[in-house]
Formats: sequence, structure tokens, C-alpha cells
Amino acid sequence: MTRTTALPRLSDRVEVATAWLLGALWIAPLLYVFWAALREPAVALVFDPTTGWTFDNLVSVWNAAPFDQYYLNTVLLVTGLTTAQIVLGTLAAYALARYTFPGRDAVFVFVLVQLMIFPEILLSENFRLVSLLGLQDTIPGIGLPYLASALCIFLLRQSFKGVPSELVEAAELEGCSRLETLWKVYVPIARPTIVAFGLVSVSFHWNNFLWPLVITRSDESRPITVGIVRFLSPETGIDFTSLTAGTVIVVAPLLAVFVIAQRQFVQSFMRSGIK
Amino acid sequence: MATHDDTTPRTEDAPSGAPDPTTPMGDFHGPRRGPLHLARRIPDRVFAWLLLAPALLFLAGFTVYPAISALWSSLQEPGLGSSIGLGHYEYMVNDPVFRRSLINNLVFSLVTVPVSIAIAMAMAIMINKEIRGRGLLRLAYFTPAMLPVVAAAAIWLLFYQPNFGLINRTAEAIGLQGQNWLGSPGTVLPALMIMMIWHQAGFFMLFYLAGLQAIPPELNEASTLEGAGRWYHFRRVIFPMLMPTTLFASIVGLANSFKQVDFVFVMTSGGPNNASSLLLYYIWQSAFPQRQPDYAAAVTVVLVAILVGLALIQIRLLDRRIHYR
Repeated sequence: MTRTTALPRLSDRVEVATAWLLGALWIAPLLYVFWAALREPAVALVFDPTTGWTFDNLVSVWNAAPFDQYYLNTVLLVTGLTTAQIVLGTLAAYALARYTFPGRDAVFVFVLVQLMIFPEILLSENFRLVSLLGLQDTIPGIGLPYLASALCIFLLRQSFKGVPSELVEAAELEGCSRLETLWKVYVPIARPTIVAFGLVSVSFHWNNFLWPLVITRSDESRPITVGIVRFLSPETGIDFTSLTAGTVIVVAPLLAVFVIAQRQFVQSFMRSGIK
Repeated sequence: MATHDDTTPRTEDAPSGAPDPTTPMGDFHGPRRGPLHLARRIPDRVFAWLLLAPALLFLAGFTVYPAISALWSSLQEPGLGSSIGLGHYEYMVNDPVFRRSLINNLVFSLVTVPVSIAIAMAMAIMINKEIRGRGLLRLAYFTPAMLPVVAAAAIWLLFYQPNFGLINRTAEAIGLQGQNWLGSPGTVLPALMIMMIWHQAGFFMLFYLAGLQAIPPELNEASTLEGAGRWYHFRRVIFPMLMPTTLFASIVGLANSFKQVDFVFVMTSGGPNNASSLLLYYIWQSAFPQRQPDYAAAVTVVLVAILVGLALIQIRLLDRRIHYR
């Protein structure tokens, strides 16, 4: 035991210092954007916190585009889509986890392959398909290709597999039908997984850009990330204040929700068995 | 794999062996009548397919069908007529922009995924201990992952600006020569990779926090009792126990690195001189601004082939974990 107390203590300190340095590096860019968005253009780059605070940047960017419409579109899209994914995913995962039937393994391999192939990869074909259905430039048109989520099916199947068979038998002895068993036994046990998937899905679709960009044309259907890009794109030359203010407008709501709920978020994520 | 479960005894499903509705057992559920009663008579195998049908319909409709239709479009000979041929693929082989995009994408994936994963693992290990301000640190690490990629890209666009960007101003302050980071073919891809690592490391960290929770505490106690050093403990206990997490994170990361191109739209539009073009961005460019959907379909086929290949490798690796755990 040559390795006595002095050495671990030193390495402890190094570790804590590294942790904080990394933390500062990771959060600094975001703090900088909030700082710059709330400063008068002339002093945005000057580190003098005593003067020059203003909301003008935010107000002018907010008034330059129909952000209320964008937000509404995003909320409608995200809630509808996540609900549909969870319902369809729960049913499919139940079939895969609970029953043996011809073709089950083939279906499961099919789902695993889908973990890699996303609708946006098949951009132009899906554009053609959704347009054919008459859903171009609509909110359902943005959501439709994502309605069934392979990730949701995969995660729920994994957690359904862990449901004790005693509980299932007991429910069936009491006369629960197959769907009642799903609702009363499987779903409550898999709740952390469902919550974690829901959060991942909400943040993914809130932030999704390429597919909504392709399939929408008007402000009536555009979600916020697509609507905002005109302020973020370098093509018109960099307008420093619009850029930072626009960024703040996009990220603020989701960030606020996250900061408030982050403890629950992280915990449900860790309990969900996503690992 | 397809026949695996049909031949083995049904150990995993046996306990749940539902009473077959066609046997007299089914009649025990006496008093209930109505539509639900009829539903009980559907055999399990049909019921299972009914449960799967909606999900499979949408999955197939928006991935399998378009993949086949992409293959079909890609085989249309360029120019006139409806003859079938490999014209688009011949063109692709000699297309410098396609090659550039493919190489860029491979470099991008092979750098960002391992680096993000290493940083994420370090982050998770550091804040899995009882240190002061743990919650704050976790927030700091994870917050960038909550941002839309377009917003993350906008932030770094600002930093990389040649005249007023924070990086150049810092460099000049300590006497270094500033660079046009996004404007030079040599620096643009590394600049984008740094942005992406910053954006996704915190997300992978969550996977690792979950993975660390699953390590039995006895293992840590055993290491402490035996006076194992920290590095030794990491190498022999933590790192092997986190292998499944690493596998999962690298799959998610790889998939992301091929489908996530939002930042190219905001930061560079693929430039300068295609030095930052990625495959999916090139597909978008061919399909929409350049109006060559058939050629875009050919590039799509290549991208889908890469992803299916990766998926098959992933299934082989996951197979043991899923089936024999």
C-alpha cells in the first residue's frame, strides 16, 4: 500500500478542476449569446456590464416574423407526433415482447434496421410521396413520415421484456383481456421508458430542421427552427444582433422548460434503461 | 436468426402462456359479452399482427417504399426516354462533388463520434461522484444538447467570424494570426466538427450516467478494498462495464453523423468549394436547388446502402446482448 492518501487527494482535485473547466467551456458559448442578445449593438462585444442593456434586439426580431404562429405550429406538431409515436410504439412493442408468432424475428430485425434509416435520408422520395397525398405545406405532412418510431418500439420492447410473468398471469386469471393487460400491467411498469422516450422525441422534433424545411413553404405551417433560419443564415451578411436575438428566441422556451425539469428528465432517463 | 425462437423451447414466453381462446379455458371469462368478447376469440398470432400493423405500415411507407422508389428513379437513364441503365452511377463515380461529400462525411463521422464519446464518458465519470455543484455541472454539460442544431450552428458561426468573431479576437489578443475559419477549405471541416462535438457530448453523457448507475456497487467497494488505483479501476472495471453503453452511443452517433446536416445550411452552405459538403446536404442540393431528382435518388441509394451496412453490423453486435442476456 504505497498509494496512500496524499495521491488520491491530489488526483481528486485535478479531477474536480477538470470537471469545472469542461463545464465552463461547455456553457460559455450559450451564456455569450444571451449576453450579446441583450446588449446594444455598439457595446455587444464589450465586457462592461454596467451599461448598454436592452431588449430592442429581441423585440425587433420578434416583430420581423410571425413567431406566435411558428410556436403554435411547433407545439401542435410535437404533441401530436409524440403521442402517436407512443401509441403505435406501445402496441407494436407489446406484440414483439409478449407473443410468439411466425415472422416475429424478421419483424424485429426490420425494426432494428429502421434505427438507422430515417425519413429525412429519403428526402426527395418522401417529398414526392407526401405531396402526392396532398399534405405538402401542412403540419400533418411534417409529422406523417415520423409517425411510427423504431426507437420507441425498440426501447419499449426492451422494457416490456422485463415485466414479471407472474403479474401477467395474475391479470389474465382475473379476466383481463389482452389490451387490458397491456394497459394495466405493461404500461405502468414501462412508464420511465415512455417518459424518457417522450422527452427525447419532443426535443428531436422541436429541433428538427431539414424535413420541415423541404416540405413547408408558408408561415402557416412552418415550425420555429425553419422560420428562424432567415435570421441565422450567413447569406445576407452577418447581422450580429439579429443572429443572437434570433437564437435566444428559438432556444429560450425549451431551455426554460428543461432547466426547470432537468432533474426529473435526467432521472427518468437513467431509470428508463436507455443505456 | 429468424428461426431462433421457433426451435428453442419457449422459455421466455412460456410463463405468460395465455390460455388459448379456442380451448375450453376461454369460457371461464363468462359474464363479459359485447365487442370485447369477440376480440378475445382472435388467435394470439393474428392479434400480434394486428398490433404491429399500424407501426409497420408507417415504417414501411416512409422508409422501405421510398428506398425502392429511390432505387427505381436512380436507374432512369439521364436525358430523354424511359430506358433503364446505370448512367447516374457512372456519372457519380466521376463526380468530384460527390466524392468530396463522401470523404467529408466519413472523416466527419470517424472524428466526431469517438471524440464525443470519450468526452461524454469522462464527463459522466466525473459527475457521477459526490462533488460540489454536481447539478450545475450536469446542466452545463447537457444544455448544448438541448439546442436545435441550427441554433448551435448560429452560435458557432458567430465565434468563427473572421473580423469580429470571439476566436479571432482572442487569438489576436495573445498575438496569434486570425483565420477565416469557415472560409478556408482547410479549416472549415474541423471547425464544424468542433461545433458538433460540443453539441452532442452532453447527450451521450446521459447514456453514460445511466450506464454507470448499472455497475454493481460491490465492484467499486472491491476495488477500494484492494487498493486499486483510479486508472486501474477505470481500465479493469468501469470501461468494460460501459461497453454496451459505448456500443449504443456509437450507433446513435454514427446515424446522427449521416443524417444531421442542419449546421451546413446555417454555417457554410457546403462551401468553400464543397469543402464542407456532406452526403445528405448534397442530396438536398441535387434534388431541390439543382432539380435533378433522379441523380439525388442515386446518391440516396448509396447513403441508404451505407446505413443498412452499419445497421447490419450493429445487429450482429447487439444480437448477443438482446437475445442471451
